[in-house]
Amino acid sequence: MLKISLDKLDKLFEAISASQTLYIPVDREDGAAEYKKYENGMKLSSALNTLRSAKDFFFPQTENLVDFKMEGQNIEVIDVREESEDFVIFGVRACDARSFTILDKVFLAEPVDSYYKNRRDHGTVVTMACTRPTETCFCGTFGIDAAAPEGDAACYSDGESLFIEAHNEKGQKFIDSISSLLEDGDTAKLEAVRAKTREILKKLPLANLTTDNFGGDKLNEYFNSDKWGELSESCLGCGTCTFVCPTCQCYDIKDFNTGHGIKRFRCWDSCMYSDFTKMAHGNPRLTQLERFRQRFMHKLVYFPANNNGEFGCVGCGRCLAKCPISMNIVKVMKALEVK
Amino acid sequence: MQEAMINKAKQLLADGTVDRVIGWKRGEFAYDITPAVFETAEELEKEFVFDDFTAANVSKYLVKESKKEGKILAFLKPCDTYSFNQLTKEHRVVRENVYIVGIPGGPKLDAEKIKAKGITGILGVKNENYTLKIDTVYGEETMPFYEAILDKCATCKSKKHVVYDELIGDEGEVLDSNRFDMVEKLENMTAQERYDFWRGELSKCIRCNACRNVCPACTCEKCVFDNPNSGVENKAPADSFEENMFHIIRAFHVAGRCTDCGECSRVCPQHIPLHLLNRKFIKDINSLYGEYQAGEDTTSRAPLNDYKQDDCETTVVHERGVE
Amino acid sequence: MQVNDNKDFQPLIVAFCCNWCSYAGADLSGTNRLNYPTNVKIIRVPCSCRVNPMFILRAFQRGADGVILCGCHPGDCHYTSGNYFTRRRMTLLFSMLDFLGIERDRTRVEWVSAAEGAKFAATMNEFTEAVRKLGPNRRLEDLRCRKQ
Repeated sequence: MLKISLDKLDKLFEAISASQTLYIPVDREDGAAEYKKYENGMKLSSALNTLRSAKDFFFPQTENLVDFKMEGQNIEVIDVREESEDFVIFGVRACDARSFTILDKVFLAEPVDSYYKNRRDHGTVVTMACTRPTETCFCGTFGIDAAAPEGDAACYSDGESLFIEAHNEKGQKFIDSISSLLEDGDTAKLEAVRAKTREILKKLPLANLTTDNFGGDKLNEYFNSDKWGELSESCLGCGTCTFVCPTCQCYDIKDFNTGHGIKRFRCWDSCMYSDFTKMAHGNPRLTQLERFRQRFMHKLVYFPANNNGEFGCVGCGRCLAKCPISMNIVKVMKALEVK
Repeated sequence: MQEAMINKAKQLLADGTVDRVIGWKRGEFAYDITPAVFETAEELEKEFVFDDFTAANVSKYLVKESKKEGKILAFLKPCDTYSFNQLTKEHRVVRENVYIVGIPGGPKLDAEKIKAKGITGILGVKNENYTLKIDTVYGEETMPFYEAILDKCATCKSKKHVVYDELIGDEGEVLDSNRFDMVEKLENMTAQERYDFWRGELSKCIRCNACRNVCPACTCEKCVFDNPNSGVENKAPADSFEENMFHIIRAFHVAGRCTDCGECSRVCPQHIPLHLLNRKFIKDINSLYGEYQAGEDTTSRAPLNDYKQDDCETTVVHERGVE
Repeated sequence: MQVNDNKDFQPLIVAFCCNWCSYAGADLSGTNRLNYPTNVKIIRVPCSCRVNPMFILRAFQRGADGVILCGCHPGDCHYTSGNYFTRRRMTLLFSMLDFLGIERDRTRVEWVSAAEGAKFAATMNEFTEAVRKLGPNRRLEDLRCRKQ
């Protein structure tokens, strides 16, 4: 496999950013990691994952769809779409990489979302294998191997060198563009590191969580479960879980009146909000119980029902870490599960 | 303490004083504790928890719970009693339906602070003489207890319970806290520095509304930011202006009612120091209109519902501090 | 220090005027043929107390460079005490805007009675000049509302 010494990472980033925009996870002052546009001198974060997920690159929180300009009786419709520039996201973890597959199923299915596709076509996802998974990780539940992430190209570190391999044409093109910095390397040590990571993954507290008893055919058992009341009673109805989630894809489209025109934009929506999917007749989910149920039913039942059994969760653990009252998909699965 | 609380709850359930108990429920890990309502002794035995991570203020749940049939037992920490009192004052809770047992307060721990030290794979956390022994997937780690406490506990204002039906443990005192230090530090910066500071912080906002929804003072049935007819409803900060507007209005709407319980900053997934906005209002109210602690009593007039004929003019803002 | 008076800049000033005193004061300044800048757009409100902090912020959002709130003199409120509440509320709001680093001179409260046409005109001239010196509102503007 091709490799580069870890102390030459700066050179690698400089080389990538010379030809296209590069985003890497960097540490913020408060210790959390976030993706930043690479500038010389930035250090790659050693954190396991970024606070916000990587879905922002393809599905940003807000995005302008179309502008209307009004002059007298005339309304001019302005298409604000522009061809996205090429960009590379470096250091995406296995869970987030899988989330793109899930988002693709939503946005690239007919009718194709051209805003999303534009960015997807121009973005190269370079993943990074995990070596220090944490207690909130449960990607294994969804068949994800944190030591062998997907993505256009994948990187693995053995503590001394960074190994890179391509998974598809886009990834190969990426590697070709930096090949002058790479050399052939021996992967014996790397294999030992990966084996060790897999050992750790098995020892994690959530390693035994399975989706065996969930799926598209479990609608009635779970929808009418009497556990929902107890599970949702302390839910604050905030949107933290949905906004840090790499796979939550619900959005709302709104018009903003600028005083001299209209900007039609879309923004993330959260099923936890009281005005989620509000229609002319009002709101279909009147209580927090129903809204809470929607989120988990969507991930564990509705999504697999519509997508050949694929679940709408990747086990990144962000909601486990961030929920203000620590109610999360793992607790829901454990409480709900009927064996 | 946990034992004493469970026994007290069981006793009050058994003798019919209360029908339900609100407290905290154990989670998957050491720190992921969820507020919960218990109805039976068995549930209490199995899941009730009170430890260094039970920081959540349960007062706000009582808005809903106290309107249900029967009486509910609430275990309130000193800071929680201020919130409860304020809610009583605003007629948002039915006082008669709540049996309050005052319990000692923090300092409580912040799992995020432990994680920020690079300690990952946390399986268990033990406090041994104010050193945390943290059992992780990668072996045992230690860190000083006081480096992992919540910000809201580090600037605790009072250990006194302002309302209770009975107490477990000793009654504390109102503390001489340093809670306005950071506000003062910001006040002494230049306008440009303050602007840069707040832009840096507020631009992190993802508008999850956790700060608003957790706030015991935010109890509007329909928030102006959720109301499509208000003209300011928005689900995402589409522009920096909207970030500013949301946080100014959020803090303003609880000005004079905020007890400084610190929940807003505790729950912020982006670690924005939102309590500083609330404290700025508290500090201003104290210095301009006289010392006032929201939640201390249930009868006094709130500073923004009150006035004096010789109040200062708005120009006071122009006359002090750094431009 | 660089001196920049922004001489060519035409700020947009929003003036909230209470129906009973300040709006009548503005009227009087008009009937007296006193000049005040056309930059000032007056919004009539039943009482200065009607102005909620959101109004001030929304004015800035939609392109105001300065917002001034005028009401009856303390003690003269048509509703007895409305302006006393306004005073506390706006003091806290302006202090918060200052805390967030927004220029102090963009906001003001002035008490103008129905008899003070001259004061109204003078206040508006003075305030417009102060905001002109500050230049366009950038710290509390909504970029989407900026006219290209």
